[in-house]
Amino acid sequence: MRKATERAISHGLAAVTVLSVFGLLAACGGGGNSSSSPPPPTGNNVQALSVNGGPAPGVNYADAAFTSVTVCVPGSSTCATVDGVLVDTGSVGLRLLASAIPSLALPELSGSGGTTFYNCVNFVDGTYLWGPVAQADIEMAGEKASTASLQLIENPTGFSVPTACSQGGINLDTLNDLGANGILGVGSYPQDCGSACQNSTSPDVYFTCGPGGPCSSQTISVSQQVVNPVVGFTTDNNGVVIEMQSVDGEAASASGSMIFGIGTQSNNMLGSATIYPINGNGFFTTTFNSQALTESFIDSGSNGYFFPDSSITQCAQNSIAPGFYCPSSTLNLSAQNAAQGGSQKTVNFSVDDAVNDFNNFGSDSAFANLAGPNGSTNCGSGTACGFDWGLPFFFGRNVYVSIDGQSVPSGAPAAPWWAY
Amino acid sequence: MKALVASLAVVVSLFSPPAFAVLGGDAASVDADRAQMKGSGELKQASTYTLHQLTGPSGTVVREYVSPAGKVFAVAWQGPFFPDMQQLLGSYFDQYSAAVTANKEAHLGRHPLNLQLPGLVVQTNGYMRAFHFRAYIPQQVPTGVKEEELR
Repeated sequence: MRKATERAISHGLAAVTVLSVFGLLAACGGGGNSSSSPPPPTGNNVQALSVNGGPAPGVNYADAAFTSVTVCVPGSSTCATVDGVLVDTGSVGLRLLASAIPSLALPELSGSGGTTFYNCVNFVDGTYLWGPVAQADIEMAGEKASTASLQLIENPTGFSVPTACSQGGINLDTLNDLGANGILGVGSYPQDCGSACQNSTSPDVYFTCGPGGPCSSQTISVSQQVVNPVVGFTTDNNGVVIEMQSVDGEAASASGSMIFGIGTQSNNMLGSATIYPINGNGFFTTTFNSQALTESFIDSGSNGYFFPDSSITQCAQNSIAPGFYCPSSTLNLSAQNAAQGGSQKTVNFSVDDAVNDFNNFGSDSAFANLAGPNGSTNCGSGTACGFDWGLPFFFGRNVYVSIDGQSVPSGAPAAPWWAY
Repeated sequence: MKALVASLAVVVSLFSPPAFAVLGGDAASVDADRAQMKGSGELKQASTYTLHQLTGPSGTVVREYVSPAGKVFAVAWQGPFFPDMQQLLGSYFDQYSAAVTANKEAHLGRHPLNLQLPGLVVQTNGYMRAFHFRAYIPQQVPTGVKEEELR
């Protein structure tokens, strides 16, 4: 199984390499533009971001924002800085490939009996991450989360990842599979599990394992869980603002900033931004094609707009862009997001032929008009449909992500919410 | 549509842990579930299908759709954490797993699944702590039942 996977991925890499050649040719023809943007914000709470294809050699990870994170043995100056970490508002917690910090021995977190806690996270595409919980001082910009729990992504030795974690999915345990050296989850929750994992072993998120297995789900206190690093900061700890430059069509790269805190410093004030409350299920409502998509969300870790529309041609499964839309010409569309107080705010967006994008701009990493399907297309009352506002939505916007349970600026509703 | 919704037999249980019926399985597994659910509310009517809803302690809600012929033709779940997918998908688990792997190999980057497989459709939506999953057997969906009802 593993061999088959690697072989297939090698083919994928070969394809990317070929595309890159096309991309260079296209670049000679003047393809690819990026718009000018205001100077980046400054301050001790500002972390630089880049949409640059990511750190995996020969792999161009389109529409993914990366940053660097410094991790230190708690209370020490023994540190390592890891770049190429995916910035993900759709997950919570720092997760680093153990192979990315080979010389840094972070202490692992032990459960009862002195056995290591292992952490599991499942993603919407069936992929998962597994590995021990470690503790580190996590540093970004001028901020520090002391003795914070994180996940080291690492295949177990002596036993297999339990099926309660793998769930039939695929392990992103290598640089090539993950396309990143790690994931920085700065979403709208303080921990990756919360009280559910303190009260019950039913969520298969934390495990302990015998030396040769088996593994079993364990309860774990909230304070020991893999934490949103922002919550661990002493200040600027109630959320983030992600400010990306605008992208006109496509660009070799795009830069931006992640500003820690909301309404805590002059550079992260809400200003005229509109607030979009997140309901108890983690969603808000987007109205598209006169249909209410009640399970919609904003997620920098999704690399496109994903929404239901049966009238848009999907790219062929055997193309270089399966899972994306391939309309015959660029579509200019709009949708409405449900704002605080019941008003609807329109978002305009465009959809390109993703195969053309990847063929013609193979060396580019930032695509403003990348989109794909999402589930059923008949989305009447009582159905489950959603609009996934992925990274392209962030281009040219300041997007605020507040964290459940944390303070909010005066006048704002209780977290969690998004604002832009 | 309204008539159809009204015709559902809905079985709701807040007891745990749910021993799921299995996709493609027969009514026997559902009966076993029902026996476990002491005190559960139950509404029986003539129906196009029977919906069983189970909420586990993790907060994830599992829904099982049983045809008049007594077959589980669809399963869905919604909530913060994955349920036991092998138990839920039964003999379809391997097909699902292979398709997830193929999808990942074809596409770097995270996106919702829309797997249109021979005899099996799987669709997902959401993000960490906020998932929605549906799987159904197209050939076994009773006439008149729409995909979007299976939630």
